[in-house]
Amino acid sequence: MKTAYDEMYAADGSVRESYRAYFEWMRGSTDEMLARKRKEAEVAFHRVGITFAVYGEETGQERLIPFDILPRIIPADEWQRLSDGLRQRVRALNAFLHDVYHDQEILKAGRVPSDQVLKNAHFRPEMAGVDLPEQIYAHIAGIDLVRADHGDRPGEYFVLEDNLRTPSGVSYMLENRKMMMRLFPELFASRSIAPVEHYPDLLLNSLRSVAPPGVVDPSVVVLTPGQFNSAYFEHAFLAQQMGVELVDGDDLFVRGGVVFMRTTQGPRRVDVIYRRIDDDFLDPLAFNKDSMLGVPGLFSAYRDGSVTLANAVGTGIADDKAIYIHVPEMIRFYCGEEPILANVPTWELAKVEDREYVLAHLAELVVKEVHGSGGYGMLVGPTASAAEIASFRDKIAADPARYIAQPTLALSTCPTFVESGVAPRHIDLRPYVLSGKEIQMVPGGLTRVALKEGSLVVNSSQGGGTKDTWVLEV
Amino acid sequence: MLSSTADHLYWMARSIERAENTARMLDVTYRMALLKQAVADADQEWRAMLSISGLHEDFDARYTESSAENVMYFMVFDKLNPGSIFNSIFAARENARAVRGAITSEMWEALNQTWLEMRLTQSAEIAERGVSRFFDWVKERSHLLRGLSYGTLLRDDSFLFLRLGTFIERADNTARILDVKYHILLPSPSDIGGAADYYQWGAILRSVSAFEAYRKIYRDQITPKRVADLLILRRDLPRSLSACLGEVHGVLQEINGVRAGELLRRCGLLHGQLHYGRIDEIFADGLHEFLSEFLDRIYDLGELVNTTYFWSTDE
Repeated sequence: MKTAYDEMYAADGSVRESYRAYFEWMRGSTDEMLARKRKEAEVAFHRVGITFAVYGEETGQERLIPFDILPRIIPADEWQRLSDGLRQRVRALNAFLHDVYHDQEILKAGRVPSDQVLKNAHFRPEMAGVDLPEQIYAHIAGIDLVRADHGDRPGEYFVLEDNLRTPSGVSYMLENRKMMMRLFPELFASRSIAPVEHYPDLLLNSLRSVAPPGVVDPSVVVLTPGQFNSAYFEHAFLAQQMGVELVDGDDLFVRGGVVFMRTTQGPRRVDVIYRRIDDDFLDPLAFNKDSMLGVPGLFSAYRDGSVTLANAVGTGIADDKAIYIHVPEMIRFYCGEEPILANVPTWELAKVEDREYVLAHLAELVVKEVHGSGGYGMLVGPTASAAEIASFRDKIAADPARYIAQPTLALSTCPTFVESGVAPRHIDLRPYVLSGKEIQMVPGGLTRVALKEGSLVVNSSQGGGTKDTWVLEV
Repeated sequence: MLSSTADHLYWMARSIERAENTARMLDVTYRMALLKQAVADADQEWRAMLSISGLHEDFDARYTESSAENVMYFMVFDKLNPGSIFNSIFAARENARAVRGAITSEMWEALNQTWLEMRLTQSAEIAERGVSRFFDWVKERSHLLRGLSYGTLLRDDSFLFLRLGTFIERADNTARILDVKYHILLPSPSDIGGAADYYQWGAILRSVSAFEAYRKIYRDQITPKRVADLLILRRDLPRSLSACLGEVHGVLQEINGVRAGELLRRCGLLHGQLHYGRIDEIFADGLHEFLSEFLDRIYDLGELVNTTYFWSTDE
């Protein structure tokens, strides 16, 4: 594999313009100073109680997701294009969701195969015909972007994955920025780095804008599965930042088709629920009957329109891997435009031409199960043995429609402060798109970094860390 | 505020207070038992400890002798005893963990640290280093937490529910101490007004940190009636029943709640009885009867707190 696109250094070794000012600052710093700052961040994260993992029972010490103190920098014009592309994509995804749960025009027009939608496990027939405020389904969308040299286009952005159910990680984005401003105030004083701190305000506004019609001064809550959930810190953090209550299933009840929370002053009506519980566990009367996390009767109240759930029930149909392939088509169908942001090139093995190509190039490609979950049932061609490739060939022959394939993208790299000093590591980007009465975003998002040299795996559970993301203002 | 949040805060405070009062009583019982020559007499002190907490049946079900070792273990470490110091600290920490957003980070860290140290403490260690040092540690941690809540917590409903829990528990525990101890020391009504055992009464006063206060107020020998007067009716003594009910009454009036009518009324009645009470009248009707009834009424208040603020939709 040839060297990946680097965020900071161009192919000829020169520093890209967006990084020049930062480069000057770095020249004045030493590894010792950086190590000290990194340690300071760790201590502060622990002391302030910011931990992004489940509380450790045995030691009483909470685990931290590693935070890298070197930022990822995006120039203003690049961000503008990303922002336009993201808004377009999320608009199309919401239109798709409304369509498949109403008149299904895109299916009738044959632009997306009906079977892949209607027979999909994530399609919720219970949502058919349910009208939602502003026709928004994915109020909070986390769109994972990667960047790679592709063909003759260096450093092209691609959408790797849409996350429309309960995307998380925005609290890391906010806390990382706070930490960077604390560690390196001089960098923020002299540069125009677009702020992100107002995300909770935008989120609250967005949520309030989709309250059931006619509600004055809507009340919003964050519904969490509880303190044993690995993202609990984020649930509590966002509730606190927005100034709303953090509730679990037991704090809510439904009476007369209306949702209330139990307070010391009696029942208080709830209008909008930012729910961080999966569809299946939301309501034991409607879905998984063994769920202890949900609220009996919630779905019924939801369908009657007396409460808004963000994100809506049934958004999983639009972020499914099988449907991902069709998003560019959705953009054309609903927006009447060509997609600004491209998908990662994907071959569907259900299609003969695609299958032939993939089988001829198995050693170069990544082959995934359409309905698999991250990492399992996958073939990574370049690192697989001849025997593994041969056995996968058989699997494909047995049931080709189960698979899709993508090129092994060399994700872009970014300078990262690792054990041996500053070195390039692969990164991705997850911007958060808020949809309510309007679409809003804070510039940037969460940059995740694979801390192991050469590793392309950015997940925190498998050795990944995070970085602050700077979008430079013009 | 959310009922569940208030519930957690209230029980967090009650648990800490319970741990502190258990440590106080154990410390006093330990010192008193040391003074006894006969084992039977020492055992009597330990049985009194069990009666105070209402746990004598639980204890008898699993232990054969009310020896110092057994009762100490039962009241400090026994995981099956919901009233043990271990379980009280655990309960306090678990309740705090559920509502970390409602308390300050210093409070959480102090409570968590207390729990981690309690978890690591072995009964052998306590025997070696001295039991009184351990009880002092429990009291210090309680003082630290109270200091942190007074010093750092915003004066909103969170703070009020913590205080509600503290003073209801304290009133209950103080009444128990007085009731049982009083009976051990004065088994028959004809002993009232007679010569008191200086050390025994001194021990009771010390257990509620009231020894110096007694001296200051009465400047005379210790008599049972004055001890009862001090611990029940004197509102300037912070641990008296009157002072506790005064706090509870004040808190209930401040808490933002539309449903508290009956709770406030009953609390007001009980507070008034203490506020305007006379020790002679209490003794005339019988101290034990008074304290038993008081415990019932405090229990009722606790139940009313539950249904008023931590209600469920089944009610």
